[in-house]
Amino acid sequence: MSDTQVSRYEADELGFFGEDWGGRFMPEALVAALDELTDAWRDAMADPEFVAAFEKICREYAGAPSLLYHAERLSAQVGARVLLKREDLNHTGAHKIRNVLGQALLTQRMGKPRVIAETGAGQHGVASATAAAYFGLDCTVYMGAVDTRRQALNVARMHLLGAKVIPVESGSATLKDAINEALRDWVASVDQTAYLFGTAAGPHPFPSMVRDFTRGIGDEARQQCLDQYGVLPDAIAACVGGGSNAIGLFAAFLDDDSVEIHGFEPGGDGVETGRHAATIHAGDTGVLHGARTYVLQDEDGQTVESHSISAGLDYPGVGPQHAHLAAIGRATYAPVTDAQAMDALALLSRTEGIIPAIESAHAIHGGLEVARRLGAERGPDATVVINLSGRGDKDMGTAIEWFGLGDPDKVTAEPVGDPDTDPRAEDAEA
Amino acid sequence: MSTNPSTSTAFDTARAEGRAALVGYLPAGFPSVEGSVEAIKVMVDAGCDVIEIGMPYSDPVMDGPTIQAAAQQALEGGIRTTDLMRVVEAVAATGAPTVVMTYWNPVEHYGGSRRTGRSGVELFAADLASAGGAGLITPDLTPDAGGEWIAAADEHDLDKVFLVAPSSTPERIAMTTAACRGFVYATAVMGVTGARTTTSDLAAPLVARTRETTDLPVGVGLGVSNGDQAAEIASYADGVIVGSAFVRALLDHPDDLPGGLRALRALTEDLAAGVRRA
Repeated sequence: MSDTQVSRYEADELGFFGEDWGGRFMPEALVAALDELTDAWRDAMADPEFVAAFEKICREYAGAPSLLYHAERLSAQVGARVLLKREDLNHTGAHKIRNVLGQALLTQRMGKPRVIAETGAGQHGVASATAAAYFGLDCTVYMGAVDTRRQALNVARMHLLGAKVIPVESGSATLKDAINEALRDWVASVDQTAYLFGTAAGPHPFPSMVRDFTRGIGDEARQQCLDQYGVLPDAIAACVGGGSNAIGLFAAFLDDDSVEIHGFEPGGDGVETGRHAATIHAGDTGVLHGARTYVLQDEDGQTVESHSISAGLDYPGVGPQHAHLAAIGRATYAPVTDAQAMDALALLSRTEGIIPAIESAHAIHGGLEVARRLGAERGPDATVVINLSGRGDKDMGTAIEWFGLGDPDKVTAEPVGDPDTDPRAEDAEA
Repeated sequence: MSTNPSTSTAFDTARAEGRAALVGYLPAGFPSVEGSVEAIKVMVDAGCDVIEIGMPYSDPVMDGPTIQAAAQQALEGGIRTTDLMRVVEAVAATGAPTVVMTYWNPVEHYGGSRRTGRSGVELFAADLASAGGAGLITPDLTPDAGGEWIAAADEHDLDKVFLVAPSSTPERIAMTTAACRGFVYATAVMGVTGARTTTSDLAAPLVARTRETTDLPVGVGLGVSNGDQAAEIASYADGVIVGSAFVRALLDHPDDLPGGLRALRALTEDLAAGVRRA
């Protein structure tokens, strides 16, 4: 990955993608730390020993390369070749392990003994705690108090892995406030502490650095597609919250002009309801957490709370490189509602025997729509790679509630939770 | 030239009196829009030389719990950026030089959006100047990212107060002070806002390093809560900046504005005496 050519999609020295997107809107007190991190990351990525060490841990500990799986029954349904990039099979069950292993390895190289992280549903927190345990680093995770209550199992995982978990009560007590609190910790502890940022957002160098650590997804998928099918895909698809799994997939294909690139944003109850997290589709240009990007905000530039059934996508900003790719038209971004995502979750479970994370189910829904269109236009050899960024075990509580699973009164020989029925409509009638 | 009350004049006056200037911060809309005007007028009356009015923001990464709580209360009370301008106007009318301290997004988004082809920065600068404001303190905007603001501030004759920190390199301090107008804000600690029991040993060296690059006054903020601390900082800095302690005085008197104002007056007098006994 270190010998990848600098492309026109790279950020400039100040971290701007194109003229407008990204940058570093941060307190002066953190600039020295961000400069130090930028230098360390550039230096590391140019060091074959570091790159080899990172690849070795990804391979031997995290399970990379993840499989590229031809979902034949789904393919038959949509009339195109659907390939799933199985990041759900990675250690800890998602693409996020790549990012934290990269950042933790860099932390070790920088000689810092402590890491901090923010987390929403707890996935990045668990991944950070895992990486910290692996490298023997002290780990503190900031998590919105609303989320620590909703995600007790992940709090327990982090505790078991040896991390401290600090509930954040300020603001809306969710992910964005956990980021704020982690930044407050960092400004006071920066000598000894690295901030393992959980997505490809935030101030420079995080959007570029997180992309570099997750771009194995796309590098592998591109090579696997060529090796297994002898062609590049016609299109690739991923879900986009902050956008780390998506940029990790997209990066390898940006210069392949024949490859359509699709990001699917959390549409919540529907963009028209205002209860969504479709930042690019429905947000406005602004600065949040140190980068200029699309932000869900009110007329005064105050951040507005986002809504998604998927905690991992529930963020009112988005990585600035996605904003850039959207603005120049290299990638397209469209919303997928909660209901569409849950339908896709059930569909993938029953068609392929794979229970995806709800985040990834957004990509499944959107990716299958793309596959249907391309299959109709180009025939059944049209190929779509969908990033299956994580597994669904963590989402079973939500699935139980959504589909009415596990209710003794509803136990029948037939599968419950008909994906064609929105259970909330039944509730409304009841 | 603008006829707005100027921070330079306030610092010059203090310097002529052989003392440091007292710079007091309170968020607009806390405890209410009218209440914040009343409170700031007490601070002016009791000895603040320069007023900083904070614009409450949803994601205040530089603020500790005290100012977060006040900002949250103001936002829940429905504070708008247009209310901020009204508070600036009322405070500047007292003759006290009045600067706004705000995170960047509310400025960039003021009165419009880029998606509609309008940037708020120029409009914000124009409205701030016409409300009588002296300038802007930008805690999350550094000069290297602040070209648009610098141009708008110069156009409207406004002060540009950027921050320097103990972690700033000499090159960055020089770059920052070269872009400042009015004064330079030196953050005394590596950390967020909030009263602290002891003053920082990082502040004096930072002020010294800052002075090597500029003749502008240097104000020190973060952690100052009483007259003794103010006196200590006034011995080496041109301005003593106090925020959380003022907010605390009001927070400690919930639903009792008169009580809060009495506490605010007593604190201001203590701090004003402090900057005079250095």
